[in-house]
Amino acid sequence: MTLVKKPDGRPAASWGLSARGIPWEYAPAPESTDHIQIRPQYGLFIDNDFAPSRPRATFEVINPATEEPLAQVARASKADVNRAVTAARRAYDTVWSRLPGSERAKYLYRIARIIQERSREFAVVETMNSGKPIKESRDVDVPLAAAHFFYYAGWADKLDYAFPGRRPRALGVVAQVIPWNFPLLMLAWKIAPALAAGNTVVLKPASTTPLTAYLFAEVVRQADLPPGVVNIITGPGEIGMELVRHPDINKIAFTGSTVVGKMIARAVAGSRKKLTLELGGKAANIVFDDAPLDQAIEGIINGIYFNQGEVCCAGSRLFVQESVYEPLLDKLKARLSTLRVGDPLDKNTDVGAINSAGQLAKVAELVQSGIDEGAEIFQPDCVLPDRGFFFRPTLFTGVSQSHRIAQEEIFGPVLSVLTFRTPEEAVEKANNTPYGLSAGVWTEKGSRIFKMVAAMKAGVVWANTFNRFDPTSPFGGYKESGYGREGGIHGLGAYLDLSADGTTGR
Amino acid sequence: MSPRARPLATVAEPAAPRLGVRKTYKLYIGGEFPRTESGRVYEVFGARGASLANACRGTRKDIRDAVRAARNVQPGWASKTAFNRSQILYRIAELMEGRRDQFIAEVMASEGIGRQRATRLVNAAIDRWVWYAGWADKFPQMVGTVNPVAGSYFNFSVPEPTGVVGIIAPEGSSLLGLVSRLAPVIVSGNCAVVLASESRPLPAVTLTEVLATSDVPGGVVNLITGLRRELVPHLAGHMDVNALDAFGLDPAQITAIEEIATENVKRVARPPVAGLDAFDWLSASAQSPYLIGEFVEIKTVWHPIGS
Repeated sequence: MTLVKKPDGRPAASWGLSARGIPWEYAPAPESTDHIQIRPQYGLFIDNDFAPSRPRATFEVINPATEEPLAQVARASKADVNRAVTAARRAYDTVWSRLPGSERAKYLYRIARIIQERSREFAVVETMNSGKPIKESRDVDVPLAAAHFFYYAGWADKLDYAFPGRRPRALGVVAQVIPWNFPLLMLAWKIAPALAAGNTVVLKPASTTPLTAYLFAEVVRQADLPPGVVNIITGPGEIGMELVRHPDINKIAFTGSTVVGKMIARAVAGSRKKLTLELGGKAANIVFDDAPLDQAIEGIINGIYFNQGEVCCAGSRLFVQESVYEPLLDKLKARLSTLRVGDPLDKNTDVGAINSAGQLAKVAELVQSGIDEGAEIFQPDCVLPDRGFFFRPTLFTGVSQSHRIAQEEIFGPVLSVLTFRTPEEAVEKANNTPYGLSAGVWTEKGSRIFKMVAAMKAGVVWANTFNRFDPTSPFGGYKESGYGREGGIHGLGAYLDLSADGTTGR
Repeated sequence: MSPRARPLATVAEPAAPRLGVRKTYKLYIGGEFPRTESGRVYEVFGARGASLANACRGTRKDIRDAVRAARNVQPGWASKTAFNRSQILYRIAELMEGRRDQFIAEVMASEGIGRQRATRLVNAAIDRWVWYAGWADKFPQMVGTVNPVAGSYFNFSVPEPTGVVGIIAPEGSSLLGLVSRLAPVIVSGNCAVVLASESRPLPAVTLTEVLATSDVPGGVVNLITGLRRELVPHLAGHMDVNALDAFGLDPAQITAIEEIATENVKRVARPPVAGLDAFDWLSASAQSPYLIGEFVEIKTVWHPIGS
């Protein structure tokens, strides 16, 4: 397997290190890829078999940090979608729906264990395919994915205790369409509760990031999951639409952009398919003058530069109380200058590659709009690798509410800094968006935290922290950020038919 | 004593039947009873064909006014304590009880049913308010959670109202159907814009008179009467309506309405596949805390634990 190449023999310091930001140099610390076996070709995973699409067609998957090809992946056709759904239906009817919950639980525990066992392999492939830093795939994505299976495994035989007065029943065949920013983790968020609830699955990963999904398919085989319970098909967005339109689908779970989410909602309008949507965001991160500033700086940085800002809940709008604006901005710029941008496989890298050329162009376009509209740009003077889709961590000051960079989801490492005087003004500005996925509040005053938490129109509010995730903790949006929750008992309910009354009538 | 000042008791003319004082049925928006801005009405007939009244033929503008009123008061309604909202819903039941006979007469006339049946329906409607009143401070305990995250954080999830909810009231069940859908929407702190039954709107209008004299703040419930084909698309498409209860919609129309509702990612409660003709509003399944859950958002909060 080809390693990510070091750019043209420049000194290690040029791997994103700012001479100004850090007073010492980091030697390269690349994660080994020796043990990684990426196959040259991946077929669709249907009925526990990898098979070419019909008609045979493939597309190339690349490493966004090097632009080098990683594999050829089958491009599903409408007929393949039908084959996958048929396999899932058959598995549901003949095997999975008849299995006791306790047996489903054990399958899920097996999957969790195998992901843990093969965690390094998953982390490296995830980083190679997505561009995210290895320390994130290793410490966040993969452990959380395993934890999701472990958590939902335990629900499979306890459904009768979860929803008072109901007799929960599985829905049937579930169609799941996931994005490229957390390929394995989103797969886990989708598949774990679906299987625990007793459904079978057809999942379509994003076209740029299918490799960990196919690695997961190998886990499914290792776990001896009955054929057809999990099916994975790859292809462009149209294939996702074919999948959600398929008449034999009972439930759809989608994570992705608000534009596509609305298209899916329209496509299933009038059908009886249950739908949950986890869409875009434009989170406000609000810092009050009594906040612990150093702690807040770390939260702001983690909030917007984690995963190159390619996070639906990223804290992309920073609201700073005027009285601490200057000291905070100084600290923020200094901290920004210490971020190490570059080889995602390097264990010291903080900001990796943007996932695709298309996304990089979108980020660049929006950043240009910020400049054109009169905001003031700041970027650390780090050197970017010659190849790959890299973008400097960026922050804008002098941003007004009407600027595109304050309104639109950028999905990149770009922070807009705005100010406020009173809590009421902060609330007003923070909620002034069609989105409502997440928000952050930084203050030492407990009563203010709860007042702000209640006022934020957002599904997740982080107080004195940001971008924390856990299988037990429900996640999802208000308003145009979607509906339904993933995680916790609420995420379980999204995969069950709860219409049957289980009360005794007393 | 002047000859003109004869004592009344001595009047010997036959008693004329007293001319009744009719009610003008109006809209209910922001706690007030305006006529529709269109200045138009449509005639409402009883189930047996008799003309009952003129009802306002509401318009898109009336819907917009109602949504604005609902949005304005929604934060205040949501921030009342659950105990307070509980008492306010209970108060609705108290005041309906006092107007029981009026509701029974109107439901009889509207639905063409006998006194016994109408009495059961009105009783159930009153009892439904009592039932949901009790959920105000229990529902959050039923669906709220403290989440044992794998880290040093305190993490909890609570239900919050979705915001402004459009309700397409059931066409057939003029009072019980409406109450069954309205109570679970407002108990959690949502405000509602209701399209009354087109053919049987009068009990709904009378209900708003109860709401106006109970402790429900003006704007929490708004009622528009009129023609559905003129009103439903505007309610479903309004960008400041967060959710739509389409349970009362003709299932044949759900596709078009859901498509319109996607514009701002509305949450939509769908009508039963078979429609409502055979739906039993007196059955246990007509009331459920899970109905409250159709119109709430789950908010999750994280805070570090440390010294």
